[in-house]
Amino acid sequence: MQADVFTRRRNNALIFFALLAILTAGSIIITQYDVQKGFTSIARALIWGASNFYPDARSLTKLPDILVKLRETVLMSIAATSVAAIFSLLLAVAGSRTTRICSSFTVIARGIASFFRNVPLVAWAMILMLAFSQSSLTGFLALFFGSLGFLTRAFMETIDEVGENTVEALKSTGAAYFPVIFQAVLPASMPQVVSWLLFMVETNIRDATLVGLLTGTGIGFSFDVYYNAFNYHAASLVVIVIVITVLIVEMVSNGVRRVIL
Amino acid sequence: MALLELKNVTKYYSGTTPALAGVSFSVNDGEFVSVIGSSGSGKSTLLRCINRMVEVTSGEISFGGVVVSRLGKKDLRKVRTKIGMIFQQFNLVDRMSVIENVLHGRLGYKSTLAGVLGRYTHEEKWQALKVIQMLGLEQQVYQRCDQLSGGQKQRVGIARALVQNPKMILCDEPIASLDPRSAKIIMDHLRSICTDIGMTLVISLHQVDMALKYTDRIIGLNRGVVVFDGTPGELTSQRSAEIYAREPKDVNINLGERNAS
Repeated sequence: MQADVFTRRRNNALIFFALLAILTAGSIIITQYDVQKGFTSIARALIWGASNFYPDARSLTKLPDILVKLRETVLMSIAATSVAAIFSLLLAVAGSRTTRICSSFTVIARGIASFFRNVPLVAWAMILMLAFSQSSLTGFLALFFGSLGFLTRAFMETIDEVGENTVEALKSTGAAYFPVIFQAVLPASMPQVVSWLLFMVETNIRDATLVGLLTGTGIGFSFDVYYNAFNYHAASLVVIVIVITVLIVEMVSNGVRRVIL
Repeated sequence: MALLELKNVTKYYSGTTPALAGVSFSVNDGEFVSVIGSSGSGKSTLLRCINRMVEVTSGEISFGGVVVSRLGKKDLRKVRTKIGMIFQQFNLVDRMSVIENVLHGRLGYKSTLAGVLGRYTHEEKWQALKVIQMLGLEQQVYQRCDQLSGGQKQRVGIARALVQNPKMILCDEPIASLDPRSAKIIMDHLRSICTDIGMTLVISLHQVDMALKYTDRIIGLNRGVVVFDGTPGELTSQRSAEIYAREPKDVNINLGERNAS
């Protein structure tokens, strides 16, 4: 009996890896991807990057302009994330299993969450561009919708996880719905909620660059302009500034997490 | 006169096996009643039906002369303020302090706004402190609950139930996740709450010896049916085997279980 378990586990692993191999080989054949060329061009790309894609002294004069754009992008990401978080929290409380008023709210909240989450950010930006053309509002809304979907789902799961026991306890004291939410659910889930919020800010700063490329705003647009003007030195400076910013934001949010958890 | 009266209480969660099948008994003012039975016998369900954290399928429960199952939302909350409850997992808000958790017991008496804001009167705070002192937690008043030991957490749970000024306290396996020493402290506290204050307690227990030692009356549940109702003196080993039997008349299984554990 016990030997069976081990044989079955080994066979499952073998089947899994065989399937993986077939999938890989299949995709390579169908897309006619040249594996050897693929790997050799990585080296060539690196060599090109090293000889052209680095900031030089002249590009440093563009730094003040880049920083202005960077500030715009960072602030927009934070604004989009925090506004989305407020709406997400409302949706999550209404939709979570432990705090919902009726079960149809769960279906609605989950539906909203998956709809906004599953439409790719780029698609949001393109669609919104039709309505608002190239402006910061387009970028803001694209990030807002993406974050709304993700955060609603994350908050709902957080509340489900931490809320159940304390909700039961407070309900049994005869407390009404809103006191239970404000005295038990929100305090108990706050650290995780803030943690998800910080994660979303980080992600959004990265994504804002891409959205900016499309909507012609912020740091993404600067990159696009320099790149199209063959000013690779300035473009590389933009990339480095973005990387540094994301690292700093990550460090700050890790610090905040340590304090609140 | 009986404080709590159950008549033919039946509960189906789903399917055809009832969690409770025609449970009837009454509890007098000031009685300390234990409900014993193996896992899945319906102890927790029974306790939760009393304050309608679980809705009964049929039957009638009256508490203090009021038929609980017919109450609207508002009146139900009023009844719940008079029934304290403590839990196996303590169900505290871990990130809040002891005094805040104890004061949660007052939420049932508050307006929604005062509850949301967590505004308690001077008298309520004073009463909470008195109860905390009674349970020997005066050193921990402002400590966060996640820094407490299991036994201390359960004492906070008892304090939260006591500040409700309840007529009865339901205890759902209050010592199942505690070590023997803490369990004894908790049972001593519960006993003295009954003897000194004259509180009515209904407690579900895993341990027959605890039920024998501390409670005035024992109700034995086997698969949703009351198979024993009497004083500890009347609970012979034969009767106790019946309570824990897997199948009716299959009374030897209890011995096997005891040897296995």
